[in-house]
Amino acid sequence: MSSMLGKRAVSSFISLMVLIVLVFFLSRLTGDPAALYLPVDASEEMRQNFREIHGLNDPVLVQFGHYLADLVRFDFGDSLRKARPALEVVLEAFTWTLELALITMALVTAAAIALGSLAAFNIGSPLDRIASLLSLIGASAPDFWIAIVGIVLFSVSLGWLPTSGTGSVWHWILPISVLFIRPFGLILQVVRGSMITALGSAYVKTARAKGVKNRPIIFVHTLRNAMLPVITVIGDQAAALLNGAVVVETIFGFPGVGKLMIDSILQRDFNVILAAIMVTALAIFVMNLLIDIAYALLDPRIRT
Amino acid sequence: MLWADKFAFAAALFLMLMLLFAIFGPALLDGVASKQNLRARNAAPFTVERGFLYLLGGDALGRPLLARIIVAAQNTLTIAAGAVAASMVIGSTLGLIAGYAGKTTGEVIMRLADVIMSFPSLLLAVIVLYMLEPSIGNLVLVLAITRIPIYLRTTRAEVLEVRERMFVQAAQVMGASTSRIIFRHILPVILPTLLTIATLDFAFVMLAESALSFLGIGIQPPEVTWGLMVSQGRQYLTNAWWLAFWPGLMIILTTMSLNLLSGWMRVALNPTQRWRLELGGKRNG
Amino acid sequence: MAEHLLEVRDLSVRFHTARGVVNAVNGISWHLDRGETLAILGESGSGKSVSASAIMNLIDCPPGEITSGQILFEGRDLLTLGGEARREINGRRIAMIFQDPLSHLNPVYPVGWQIAEAGMAHGESRHDAYARTLELMRRVGIPEPDAAMKKYPHQFSGGQRQRLMIAMALVLKPDILIADEPTTALDVTVQAEVLSLLEELQEETGMGLLLITHDLGVVAEAADRAVVMQGGRIVETGTPRELYHNAQHPYTRKLLAAAPGKGAMRQADERPAPILQVRGLTKSYGAFTALKCADFDLRAGETLAVVGESGSGKSTVARLILRLEEASGGEALWKGEDLLKKSHRQMAPLRRQLQMVFQDPTQSLAPHMSVFEIISEAWAIHRDILPKARWRARVTELLEQVGLQPEHADRYPHQFSGGQRQRIAIARALALEPELIICDEAVSALDVSIQAQVIDLLGRLRDELGIAFIFIAHDLPVVRDFADRVLVMQKGEIVEQGPVTEIFERPRELYTQRLLAAGLDADPDVQAGRRAARLALAG
Repeated sequence: MSSMLGKRAVSSFISLMVLIVLVFFLSRLTGDPAALYLPVDASEEMRQNFREIHGLNDPVLVQFGHYLADLVRFDFGDSLRKARPALEVVLEAFTWTLELALITMALVTAAAIALGSLAAFNIGSPLDRIASLLSLIGASAPDFWIAIVGIVLFSVSLGWLPTSGTGSVWHWILPISVLFIRPFGLILQVVRGSMITALGSAYVKTARAKGVKNRPIIFVHTLRNAMLPVITVIGDQAAALLNGAVVVETIFGFPGVGKLMIDSILQRDFNVILAAIMVTALAIFVMNLLIDIAYALLDPRIRT
Repeated sequence: MLWADKFAFAAALFLMLMLLFAIFGPALLDGVASKQNLRARNAAPFTVERGFLYLLGGDALGRPLLARIIVAAQNTLTIAAGAVAASMVIGSTLGLIAGYAGKTTGEVIMRLADVIMSFPSLLLAVIVLYMLEPSIGNLVLVLAITRIPIYLRTTRAEVLEVRERMFVQAAQVMGASTSRIIFRHILPVILPTLLTIATLDFAFVMLAESALSFLGIGIQPPEVTWGLMVSQGRQYLTNAWWLAFWPGLMIILTTMSLNLLSGWMRVALNPTQRWRLELGGKRNG
Repeated sequence: MAEHLLEVRDLSVRFHTARGVVNAVNGISWHLDRGETLAILGESGSGKSVSASAIMNLIDCPPGEITSGQILFEGRDLLTLGGEARREINGRRIAMIFQDPLSHLNPVYPVGWQIAEAGMAHGESRHDAYARTLELMRRVGIPEPDAAMKKYPHQFSGGQRQRLMIAMALVLKPDILIADEPTTALDVTVQAEVLSLLEELQEETGMGLLLITHDLGVVAEAADRAVVMQGGRIVETGTPRELYHNAQHPYTRKLLAAAPGKGAMRQADERPAPILQVRGLTKSYGAFTALKCADFDLRAGETLAVVGESGSGKSTVARLILRLEEASGGEALWKGEDLLKKSHRQMAPLRRQLQMVFQDPTQSLAPHMSVFEIISEAWAIHRDILPKARWRARVTELLEQVGLQPEHADRYPHQFSGGQRQRIAIARALALEPELIICDEAVSALDVSIQAQVIDLLGRLRDELGIAFIFIAHDLPVVRDFADRVLVMQKGEIVEQGPVTEIFERPRELYTQRLLAAGLDADPDVQAGRRAARLALAG
């Protein structure tokens, strides 16, 4: 397993390097930051000066060389927009996103497993149909639209919840609810399907022939087997959330990494873009690692 | 089964209607849909005094929402269809190569897919928007690139599995050429899976296009899509909810129909699946 | 009338499927006494497992439905008992083991726990259950039982897994053990060991044993009485000896006639030149050697059988010769040209001379192609064989040659039965007019009566067309009837080779002798002789 891990680390590193090169050069195609950060009537001299300070006058290849040299010393450069170290800006935003993602995924996992399992035990029951409908709607709903409708309903009409910000617990309810919907729909589908497969499997027959009671058959024999495909999907969905929920964060004014990303892209804050990509890539790598560990813990066939 | 079928049927009907909107809508309603009418600004829905085109209300410039939704169907569906078709063709071709060629080629293609997967699609959209004209074709390009990995990975995984099946080996024993094995034996087996994914992905691409348009880096006015309509309606949320609500509802209904249809396709259009079902029935004896 | 331990009376079960109602069993009755072994014999689709499932309450209703009958266990009708009472009986009083132990053991829990669970589910303390587990694992012959308790199912061999299933069934010393095809997927030598283990355990505990099988040999070896089932009905009941010597029902007679291994053996005539010469053929995967320096010849029109147990390397031989895998060393001279040195391009025209029929016709026929497309593909690949205008006529001809109808050409593989599918696969091989057909376990997935028909067909083609065969099999009786010469393999090496009469009548190597003694014969008297031979070899 450790050799597989090493191989994965190497291939992830290569992919990340290629990605950094691509982003570094391509992002510079979007235009000159000087045009954005200086007043419209700034003189050419002022522009030159701005470019000189931020090293934007060198040939792009030289810029890249400097960037790499700094990167080796864990210096990710400064944010143009905030005039602070880019890494600091990114980590601040990432903390928010991480919290949001963890809470959402914890809720999604618990709810999807509970409802998916119940639906699988009662195939064709009203509960099963409701679960199918929920998962269909969840998987089909555009998040920005749900967010807007949510704001109209709960903030504007009813006045129960704040529209944006992060001040109190109440601020988190709408973003989490909106982010909850899509992963919930997808995971619910997978849980239900894999639970049905597990319940129909041969080892369940053996357990019944042994005289094992229903409850342990469901919770001991099938659940652990049924979780294997589910874990993979949970990983995919968590990765998507860690990348930052751009739209939802924008609508709710949530200072996460997704909002940071879109702002930095539109404002040509190159160092922040690159730092954000590296931080999220590392987070996703760690999360995939956790998924693998969970998989190995659940399935002895992986371990040996 | 029948329960699911009824829904799949309704979904197919709905999609058919959307297709008709997309084909004939702009030709019939373009004039009406872009004509401003100051007296109908943010007109409330469910009244017929201004004609049935105002049934869903009017937008901020007094244009009838129903007409605009019908006209916008064309752009929305064209973009999604174009992106899905392009990414499916490119992705599955690369996937076939990755699955059938040597280990090194396959590995390189897979790493490429990783890079595309982790390349921020927003950045890609902005780059394309700045570099090229903000047009429907370029939006299709952006969306297609981001969806390539899905088809690539699925195709490769399926090829790796199918090429080990006995009937492929039987064809090898007969002396079939590589292209024959790929096109006659492997592709027909994985095509239903690809089509099912494409149906699901159509919905996903629609959502992605709406999100981009919503953020202002997708389609640009005066072109219109449902996603852009939601975005434009957002600022009038407090006094005219219907501006953002109706186009959003269209998106959700279309994606839901596509999800339903793909679920039905997975069972009905997959001969191997059906075949396995019948086998399973026989084995209980 | 004395009360039986277990009695099934007039049981009818039907299943509601997408294609209508299927009557799985129709009014069947049988009984089992303490210390007795009853075999239920039947081919696939005969409903032989259904009554066992009904006893264990394993039939899901719906889609299943028990329409009539009683299952009396010590005089109580199980079908009228509640779920909790049935559960109390399962495992404690009546236990069951299954075919394919790998899928019937839970992959994610240690086997020790799974065996002990049978005790704990019925209120035994953890300590007692584990103590009993250890004792049983030792009893069924699992090496190092202490360490083995903590291992998982995938870490055992097929035979060991079935032993573990047996241990699991015996935790609570049940009165009845139901064994559903317990040895079907196992090698012959392992099959013999498992059957004798079951017999010993039965003598120790005095339990009644219900043995569900498709194999007449298993009946002859193990059963006291047997019921023969066909199409959901019992057609005949009797002792194995009665059934073998004095079968009343035509179906039983047909089954017995189909049992291989009774015909005259072929006399290998020494033909002049070999068409295939294999020298030093070797295949290794890293440190593991699947095939070590195989040397053999094949003469034109000759049938060479390659027999061996799983892992013996017998299929590797075929795959290497046909270049489905690349050999690690050696040569395979086809009419003097080394097949192993050909490029894929050079190999293509030669392929029409060498064809293959695979084990599982369900998987070897492309599901998306019609029978016509499957067969005519041969001519699309090798364009010089037949002009397109004649394809249709030739497909018709080939279908008739393998015993199918011309109108079958436009159907798809899933519309045929297993035996018919194998005929299609044979027709496909014949389309290229090959000189050699390699059959890799080509009949082992088929029911006995179908197996006999396919062997007949192959024999006829051999005589009519003069095709040479390499016939890979684990089943010795089939080989005995069909081969000219036999090659015995074990652990990647050729142990012995010679004319079929020599191998079967005067085997030189101990391994060959053990293989022959482990094979099961449908004749109870012959089988008694085999059993003595087996014991002698073991002792």
